[in-house]
Amino acid sequence: MPAIAVTLLKVLFLALLWIFVISCAGVIRTDLFGRAVPSSDLPQELEKPRRKRRKRGTPTRVEVVEGPQTGAWAPLPDVSDPPVKIGRTGDCAIRLDDDYVSTLHAQIRADNAGGWFIEDRGSTNGTYVNGQMVTQPTTISMADTVRVGRTIMKLVSA
Amino acid sequence: MSDSGMVVVYPKRRNIELVMLIFAMVIGVGGYLLSELNMFGQIPSNWWLVTLIWFGIGIGAHIAVRIRLPYADPLLLPIVILLNGIGLAMIHRIDKVPLPERPATTGANTQLILTLIAVILFVLVVTLLRDYRPLQGYTYVLFLAGVVLLLMPLMPIIGVSEYGARIWIRVGPVSFQPAEVAKIVLVIAFASYLVEKKEVLALAGRRILGIDLPRGRDLGPIAIMWAIAMVIIIFEKDLGTAMLFFGIFVAMLYIATARPGWPILGLIALGVGAVGAWMAFGHVQIRVNAWLDPFSNFDQNRQIINAQFGFAWGGILGTGWGLGRPGLTTFASSDMIAAAIGEELGTAGLMAVIMLYGILVARGLRIALGAKEPFGKLLAGGLSFVFALQVFAIIGGVTRLLPLTGLTTPFMSKGGSSLIANWIIIGLLLVISHQVRKPVASSTTEPEAAMSAMTTQLIRRSA
Repeated sequence: MPAIAVTLLKVLFLALLWIFVISCAGVIRTDLFGRAVPSSDLPQELEKPRRKRRKRGTPTRVEVVEGPQTGAWAPLPDVSDPPVKIGRTGDCAIRLDDDYVSTLHAQIRADNAGGWFIEDRGSTNGTYVNGQMVTQPTTISMADTVRVGRTIMKLVSA
Repeated sequence: MSDSGMVVVYPKRRNIELVMLIFAMVIGVGGYLLSELNMFGQIPSNWWLVTLIWFGIGIGAHIAVRIRLPYADPLLLPIVILLNGIGLAMIHRIDKVPLPERPATTGANTQLILTLIAVILFVLVVTLLRDYRPLQGYTYVLFLAGVVLLLMPLMPIIGVSEYGARIWIRVGPVSFQPAEVAKIVLVIAFASYLVEKKEVLALAGRRILGIDLPRGRDLGPIAIMWAIAMVIIIFEKDLGTAMLFFGIFVAMLYIATARPGWPILGLIALGVGAVGAWMAFGHVQIRVNAWLDPFSNFDQNRQIINAQFGFAWGGILGTGWGLGRPGLTTFASSDMIAAAIGEELGTAGLMAVIMLYGILVARGLRIALGAKEPFGKLLAGGLSFVFALQVFAIIGGVTRLLPLTGLTTPFMSKGGSSLIANWIIIGLLLVISHQVRKPVASSTTEPEAAMSAMTTQLIRRSA
């Protein structure tokens, strides 16, 4: 091959290589800012996998994760079931031996949307969800931490 | 989060990925055809078969990403395919003329098959692991798996010692470097441990010599695991990998705690370790001599001297594909492939390659920045840092910025273990980037909720 062709091809190859690098920079530039869309316009198809995942992670029981009775648990109620009571007396589903817990402290009930909420039953020291004292029925999920007295409970899937 | 108003979403960008991918594959094939043309004056008769296989591999990977991870980062795959393609072309070129007079080898064919295997594993990662978050649950299992992988070369029968380092296992005709896979496993384990402990690591503890040291019970488990890994690697005399693991560990601690004390402490420890290794191991002294004063002993430092002559001979634009003599350098197609690139593509070509590595790492860190929960941040940050450190160490070694360590040049060097491991890392990064860039409806605040719940718990405990 003539020397001039070799040189030309060599330079052409290097030019292509650098054009690739520069195109990468171009892609990054157009990628910096996403598109702003109203949240209601988000494509519906994306809901599917997420809903599936949530179903897989459905909690089945409320469990004490920290405190004197760690490991104690009670199954979560259905909509028609009586609420799961938390307190110091024997008829509570989760009976806590804790001086800071009232006789009937709080209860967990199912709502119609397939979730659960916790309500305080007039306890002395209050019921806390994620560190916030609850004053009205509060919906809780597996990500939330419920504290009564010195005991911490979570919804878990067994 | 914001129920009302606008949400910023990333576009899918799969078509731009395809365009860049085809561009990358054309450059790779171009290198292969140019070297054949320059060396033999003609294009081999089976060039269309090679091109077809190469495009099949690339398009196959793209289709898997398009179906399974439509929102993944658009640049990672094209860059990796380009680096892999240039590497294959260069290995093939060195195979053909392995100076001085040796029969032509078939390293490139093996490497092409290994690339196919690596891409198949990449596709498996992309297809089976759509969400990376479940990986967080296996901290100690992964630690254990990493240590077992590192120990494998020391076992009798399967463990093999080669070139002074005992880092291989061989079963029948297949040999493998388990440390490459251990790298991935340990990064995931570090990330999941540090996510759990990052608050206490950053907050609880006492200050010694201006550095806030965490409590022993928080740092203890990870420090022990990491020390075990380091001892094994040093026992196997694989100092390059030891440095890599050390660097990853320090970088991830820094990302998790945001304490500048960690990198400072790490650099001091690295300095002490380097001096210690220099005094303890004869081969480290040889490496340092080859780095500081290569011409003092021509026979001993022939490899690094040849690489320097290659760079000088290549100059700015290089000799052109197939027209240099990179085969003179020992391990030209594995450890020293950067020298071969520098010789035949010149400084301009080597700089482009380094830029591509830079963009690869930058995209990885971008994924880490965008991640909404700490495990994704740490995992993406750690995995990108693996590439950054490895490229810095090996190209720095070949260009005599640092002493040469026997690390591989990611995606380019001949060698299957490293190729497969790095493709799996790219698979993981793409999975994370898909989760990061996917538009999130306002109701999914689960990661944030989980985070705030965690914080609440931790602060209460330390009070």
